[in-house]
Amino acid sequence: MEGGGDDDGGRSRAEAIMRELERLRAEREELDGRIRLLESQLRLGAAPLPPSAAAEVEPTGSPSSSSSAAADMISRYRRHLLLPQFGLEGQRKLSQSSILVVGAGGLGSPVAMYLAACGVGCLGIVDGDRVELDNLHRQIIHIEAYVGQPKVKSTAASCRAYDIVVDATNNLPSRYMISDCCVLMNKPLISGSAVGLEGQLTVYHHNGSPCYRCLYPNPPSSPTSQSCSDNGILGILPGVIGCLQALEAIKVATAVGKPLCGRMLHFDALSSHTRIVKISRSSPTCKVCGENPVFTKEDFVNFDYESFTQSPMSKNSTTRSLNLLPENARVSCRDYKKVLDSGRPHLLVDVRPSHHFQIASMAHSINVPLSLLEEKLPLLRDSAREVSSRRDGRQHCPVYVICRRGNDSQVAVQILRENGFLYASDVAGGFESWAKEVDPSFLLY
Amino acid sequence: MHLTLEFGGGLELLLEKSTKVHKVDLQPNDGDGKVVMKGLLAWVKSNLIKERPEMFLKGDSVRPGVLVLINDCDWELCGGLDAELEEKDVVVFISTLHGG
Repeated sequence: MEGGGDDDGGRSRAEAIMRELERLRAEREELDGRIRLLESQLRLGAAPLPPSAAAEVEPTGSPSSSSSAAADMISRYRRHLLLPQFGLEGQRKLSQSSILVVGAGGLGSPVAMYLAACGVGCLGIVDGDRVELDNLHRQIIHIEAYVGQPKVKSTAASCRAYDIVVDATNNLPSRYMISDCCVLMNKPLISGSAVGLEGQLTVYHHNGSPCYRCLYPNPPSSPTSQSCSDNGILGILPGVIGCLQALEAIKVATAVGKPLCGRMLHFDALSSHTRIVKISRSSPTCKVCGENPVFTKEDFVNFDYESFTQSPMSKNSTTRSLNLLPENARVSCRDYKKVLDSGRPHLLVDVRPSHHFQIASMAHSINVPLSLLEEKLPLLRDSAREVSSRRDGRQHCPVYVICRRGNDSQVAVQILRENGFLYASDVAGGFESWAKEVDPSFLLY
Repeated sequence: MHLTLEFGGGLELLLEKSTKVHKVDLQPNDGDGKVVMKGLLAWVKSNLIKERPEMFLKGDSVRPGVLVLINDCDWELCGGLDAELEEKDVVVFISTLHGG
């Protein structure tokens, strides 16, 4: 019994020590975050102190310096102060708020610019793709740089130090990660997105509104890849959505107006049609924010968001390239160049969409978009027959297939080979490789 | 029953000529003349979707990431698959966007 007692005592002491270690680690992370904030302020010179730091570093300002600061604020923001719905109280709340913008691209840039200009007290920016942000207001923007740290951990550390988070990222795994993080830390999340000619905007996890996982417990698959480099984007569109995100952040920070909680804005640029739709309230069964959440902070740190969504977080990730064809069905750009130089009659089929073909194309190629390939097979047979007749009566015609990056062209070659074009070959790497390896002057887009 | 169907967020690419707005006239299948969302989805799949139906439907419902709105209200709040439609309702299908 005595020995058993010792073992029990030992176990409970070990557990107490583990709990103390966890508490200390969490406290250390919090302090590290504040250190980084203060250090970035020192680097940036005249930045105002964040509210938490200001509380501890009591300024021994003389009455004249206090009144001078007040006069400066009145002068700078007087057009805000003149608004009865906003006024001095609204501006005061805004100056006491701290807002983190995640992503500093097309969406995040206007968000940060307007939040800074409107007088947010403490503004942070996280951008995984860039460590330096030279093109933004330096005086009042605190840069969070987590070189080498895992993105999940750095996001959590950043979000902890702010009251409100703005999601201005451009990919699916980041959106899940940021939403989960905001739920676990109980922060409102201003989420905007834009691709092609449409944009969306909502406020998650605030006043009973759902989180991202409430709406999408399973990751969406999408008719298009939704990256702006693949689908294009009207340049002004993230500006529109970004400005509206800044507006929502201000509403949440000041409690003025009605934020888009439980409502989603959908903007169609070409028609200027703005639709605001009711969305479900927070789902009681949501595994992150529901009545019995099963997703813990530990789950969050260990969760593989890229695997869950089957898509990369960063455009720097290698674009996944398909590998559908046997070796003898693919030809490198250099080898295709030899075919061209030799003057051998052949057919070059460009399977990009027609609006891509109009941007830049190879001489003598035929444009048959992949989506139309099966119905255009008779046309291709006619073209192949015509080419064959220029090959001294040889029966077969070599067919080369090219696209932008060498993925659609493989799909096309599979279809062609199944339909009698036994000598169809894919030009590996498409125009991207062609421009790199053969013709640097080819217009890449 | 006359309905207006709209597709956005890239879903229109699955339709003929990427047309976003469709005014349709559905004949109710069942005896009591009702049209519910489950039937509408099957009708859309048969009559409007021209390519990659799996990008629109998964089983009997829409695939994850598609918001369905009935008169600008989330269909989850109207009964989901069992939501009953009325003359001149507007049903919108929007894919969530995550680009930026």
